[in-house]
Amino acid sequence: MKKEQVPQDLGPLGKITKEVCYATDSSGKYTTQLSTGWEVKKEALDVAWQDVEARVANAKQKVLNGEASPVLFFMEYRLMDAGILSDYTGFWRWRIKRHLKPEVFKKLSEKKLQKYADAFNTSVADLKTMTVHEA
Amino acid sequence: MKLDFEHQQSAHCESGVTSSLLRKSSGGKITEPLAFGIGAGLFFCYIPLIKINNGPAIAFRTFPGLIFKRTCNALGIPVVRQKFSSKEKAEAALMQCLEHGQPAGCQVGVYYLSYFPREYRFHFNAHNLIVFGKEDDQYLISDPVMETVTQLSSYELERVRFAKGALAPKGQIYYPGDVATISDEQIRKAIIKGIKNNVNQMLRIPGNFAGVKGIAYTGKKIKRWRDKLGLQKAGSYLAQLVRMQEEIGTGGGGFRYIYAAFLQEGFAYTHQEELLDISKLFTEAGDLWRTAAVHAAGIYKGRLGSQADFDQMGDYLIQVADLEKNAFLALKQIKW
Repeated sequence: MKKEQVPQDLGPLGKITKEVCYATDSSGKYTTQLSTGWEVKKEALDVAWQDVEARVANAKQKVLNGEASPVLFFMEYRLMDAGILSDYTGFWRWRIKRHLKPEVFKKLSEKKLQKYADAFNTSVADLKTMTVHEA
Repeated sequence: MKLDFEHQQSAHCESGVTSSLLRKSSGGKITEPLAFGIGAGLFFCYIPLIKINNGPAIAFRTFPGLIFKRTCNALGIPVVRQKFSSKEKAEAALMQCLEHGQPAGCQVGVYYLSYFPREYRFHFNAHNLIVFGKEDDQYLISDPVMETVTQLSSYELERVRFAKGALAPKGQIYYPGDVATISDEQIRKAIIKGIKNNVNQMLRIPGNFAGVKGIAYTGKKIKRWRDKLGLQKAGSYLAQLVRMQEEIGTGGGGFRYIYAAFLQEGFAYTHQEELLDISKLFTEAGDLWRTAAVHAAGIYKGRLGSQADFDQMGDYLIQVADLEKNAFLALKQIKW
């Protein structure tokens, strides 16, 4: 890639920092060039987030239908799988899977709910109501 | 407290951290491409059964931590690396390090990294940064992918040092042990060692999933993604491939351009003419990865989508595999 060809499309990172790319100058020697982003990878990132949003919306609907507990919603919202959540809370995976059932979730102690709230960086009240404060 | 430390932006976090931590003892000679190449950073791996963020697990670089370790080893520098189970001990060790005047490399997770744009925050735990001071409750951070220095409160730093999930950093800090000045002869030998290491890693690694064979294997798999996964999911998988290849920290072209830069710099120390020609092959490989990415974008944005388009996508990777195989074979044949 030649220095002049380093893409300069404004991506999400470009608003905060430019990134270093390696490219060749007119004599073919490698140098670095700052880039504000590339449309192709911005679109790849968009696809990833669209997938996340679809999963979050799906999880939310399931909770509203009484098919899952708010833990599922926050797992999707925080991009976690049972493994990551297990590491953050200290609960075994099979227990987390049980806590995904609304009837089991309702009976959880305040202490267990607090663990989930901490892992999701939210409060117990917001956990129960699926309230998120971040844009 | 603020140590005498100069922030330098780089393309890739670990090779950038390595270069920065060795700057004083090498007089700035260990540049980012040299650290990447000596650390044998170039790789490819596709692990079919594991999923990351509900997509394929693909890596274009070597396992986290190896670049720093190999670069130091090749230069004969001892590595100090500590992991912690206690958050208090982790912070105490970091402070102690700073009090001794030693900037500390830290492995962190990016999900809760406050200065990163939200779009980039996935549960990725192998990011690297350098802590070089503390003022009140704020740690001074040199994050190699950022243009300028940043700060994290002690709580924020603790949270990213103890991020959970795959490759959990466990508060890890690392830095080079006692270093005398690094001589040009040492660098020359380290370059040769790094190249040999990388040749083995790409050509001789057993199994189908890794090295140049892994690239061709992935190419063959991609041709079947459309039927197997359906158009939408196949598109998401391709988007994940492109993200691993081009996202922040790769220097573009799945690290192939950094490697090409390394070979050029390697020529200055070894005077092997072949390195300059082989460097061009890696530039070509990087360009071809990028062409493939543009094609992939056509698929995940819905402009393309026929089986022929997937076949073409797979063929790009098979072509890359061929190209990189020849490049590494040429490196292997050099008489040092």
